[in-house]
Amino acid sequence: MQSSSAVAGTAGAPPVPQVAAHFASLEVQNHAARLGMWLFLATEILLFAGLFVCYACYRFLFPDAFAAASRELNLLMGTINTLVLITSSFTAAMAVHYAKEAQNKKVVAMFVLTILMALGFLVIKYFEYAHKFHEGQLPGAYYRFEGIQLPGVSMYFTIYFLSTGLHAFHVIIGMAVLAWVTTKAMRNEFSYRNYTAVELGSMYWHLVDLVWIFLFPMLYLI
Amino acid sequence: MSPSSSIAAEPGAVPAPDEHHEHHPSYLTDGTTVKSWLLTLDHKRIGVMYLIWVLLFFLIGGIYALIVRLELLTPGPTIIDAMTYNRAFTMHGVVMIFLFMIPAIPGAFGNFMLPLMLGAKDVAFPKLNLTSLYLLLGGAAIAIWGMINGGMDTGWTFYTPYSTHTTTTVAPILFGAFIIGFSSIATGLNFIVTTHTMRAPGITWFKLPLFVWAMYATACIQVLATPVLGLVLLLVVGEHLFHFGIFDPALGGDPVLFQHLFWFYSHPAVYIMVLPAFGVMSEVVAAFSRKNIFGYRAVAFSSLGIAFVGFFAWGHHMFVSGQSTFNAGVFAVLTMLVGVFTAIKVFNWVGTVYKGAVDFKTPFAYFCGFLYFTVFGGMTGVAFATASLDVPWHDTYFVVAHFHFIMVGATIMAFMAALHYWFPKMFGKMYHEGWGLVSAALIILGFNATFIPQFLLGNAGMPRRYYEYPERYQTLNVASTAGASLLAFGFLISAIYLTYALVYGRRAASNPWRSRGYEWLTESPPPTHNFVGPQPTYSEEPHFYVDPKKAEVPDAV
Ligand code: HEM
Ligand SMILES: [Cu+2]
Repeated sequence: MQSSSAVAGTAGAPPVPQVAAHFASLEVQNHAARLGMWLFLATEILLFAGLFVCYACYRFLFPDAFAAASRELNLLMGTINTLVLITSSFTAAMAVHYAKEAQNKKVVAMFVLTILMALGFLVIKYFEYAHKFHEGQLPGAYYRFEGIQLPGVSMYFTIYFLSTGLHAFHVIIGMAVLAWVTTKAMRNEFSYRNYTAVELGSMYWHLVDLVWIFLFPMLYLI
Repeated sequence: MSPSSSIAAEPGAVPAPDEHHEHHPSYLTDGTTVKSWLLTLDHKRIGVMYLIWVLLFFLIGGIYALIVRLELLTPGPTIIDAMTYNRAFTMHGVVMIFLFMIPAIPGAFGNFMLPLMLGAKDVAFPKLNLTSLYLLLGGAAIAIWGMINGGMDTGWTFYTPYSTHTTTTVAPILFGAFIIGFSSIATGLNFIVTTHTMRAPGITWFKLPLFVWAMYATACIQVLATPVLGLVLLLVVGEHLFHFGIFDPALGGDPVLFQHLFWFYSHPAVYIMVLPAFGVMSEVVAAFSRKNIFGYRAVAFSSLGIAFVGFFAWGHHMFVSGQSTFNAGVFAVLTMLVGVFTAIKVFNWVGTVYKGAVDFKTPFAYFCGFLYFTVFGGMTGVAFATASLDVPWHDTYFVVAHFHFIMVGATIMAFMAALHYWFPKMFGKMYHEGWGLVSAALIILGFNATFIPQFLLGNAGMPRRYYEYPERYQTLNVASTAGASLLAFGFLISAIYLTYALVYGRRAASNPWRSRGYEWLTESPPPTHNFVGPQPTYSEEPHFYVDPKKAEVPDAV
């Protein structure tokens, strides 16, 4: 905490991490950034936790409707999407690995791959949504599907659309964050002393992945 | 500035303020353009901006309060119609809770003092700090827009299914509150990280000033509870606009689920409001009793204890929601546990004053009021936690009086104490002590006169949120309205002499109260980067008064 060996570098050298004036050292600054990110991720999980609570309550109240409605989801598309997201989490993690080695080009490549997979995820999601809209498997008052007529079934689709919608919104934010870090990598900014931005960006992406890992079994499998 | 060695020897010592003074402008004079304030990243300026805004919100909420009180002067219609009345008490609650009570002490005094108390140059994330202020203002703007264009008649608790069906403007107000929630999370996150990473060498966890401990515990609640509120607000907005049915019994939803999610936040939220007050008071009581705080660790840990058990007490708002007797019993016991932790604090404050050399200045006057409101309000809370007593009192004026005593009484006392205690540090000016005491007396009296009649009204069965009432309740309602006027008058006096002091006040010494709090180790007002020259070293505890009877603390400079 006391060490202040790390100071911003001299002109001309490859970019060196900037230590903001109010931090004692680069270590402290990175520690603060990481701690802040962990706390932020905790709040994100709590946000989704509210929806999980809703799901648990209504699943308990309407077990048959929920079981029947979950069979209406497209398991194949859901599985593909899960695989896509897990792979994208892997490429995001590789980006951190390369950033530590100052291989900025590879960082760019990994993040571009991640973003492309995110896009693929959204496209698949779009087809799923479109199908549901077509069938009338819609939330609350909009439910028009003839196939299942059990009390509480529209609640399933309410929760389905709310949770996957909120998740998709996070996917979009995550893509923006990764795109921003990619531009920094294009400017060759990362090295073994300075990769916090890459690390935090992919942490966010892992969160997006993690939430889906919960949503997938909750909505598609059980 | 004197060399740091002298500070190490004498923890309460004050750096000579006037040496080099011209070379180190205070944070107030360092840049005077509007832009240098609006875009500042300096935690002190951000703190001052918070102070200005929360005072404005307090004024708006107070005007709504007076409208509500005036309307209740007579049993029938008095000045407004029933719908306007519903909107007025809703707005009073929303503005006071989300725009005043929650951000006031952390935003204004937490921002200003936390880094100073940690010997840091700033909070960990200055940009996030500024963002948090603007999120608050943005959310406020959206909510106020909603109030002007229709308003809302649900009460600040937004209970479903009414709130999803009312035709008033629910969406912008709830969305505004959602954004304000982000602001609260950002502040809490910033404070937690700051406390973990920015402590100056020498400030160990058990040398943290108690205000920092309280802010830390508050921040934990803000970070852990607010996201759930955010979600539930979104769900209600969605349901209001699109009829998702999640809380609507007609579509299979469950309105009681809303109550669970809402109180999961809103019960801990009352500690978001009151824990900072406890923190302020721990500082004030030590400084004005000239005594080391009694039971430092107990006070510090009881903040964390309150934060923790606060998460398991929400069900006491739902004793009449059809909850099982078993649940009611569990929630009753868990609620009383909060009382135990609060009692620890109360005994320690009293122990601190005992045999102290009390310096009865304005902040101490507020401390006395605070102790009284906390104990009285807290006792009514314990009474409420008894499920069988809650049933007749529920949704009567007894509730209104209870939460105003503990939440508003205690927090306003602390807010005013903080304002007076830290005024010299923040603005480098002294206010008029005599007027300070007069206004404190009026405010404390006014509070009692406003809310004691409401305890009696509630006990006599007058329900809350009613526009008209039977004749027999009138005397007490008139008394309450008279008390509210006295209260408003007390605040008016404060506003006048404090504004006067800002402009014409005597220049304050660096440490006019001869306090040993760490924040007094720098000049008043502090320079831009908080300390001139080497950082002070911290070898003593923050509330270290060796012998209260001996004035071994250096005299005011
Ligand atoms: C300044 C003098 C104040 C007066 C005269 C006053 C008066 C009132 C009255 C009469 C009510 C009951 C409305 C009803 O249920 O029909 C009320 C409710 C409330 N007040 Fe105050 N109040 C004052 C200050 C405050 C402050 C500073 C706060 C800050 C938190 C506050 C927070 C609330 C809340 C949260 C409610 C509940 C609103 C509801 O139940 O819908 N009040 N107040
Ligand atoms: Cu409560």
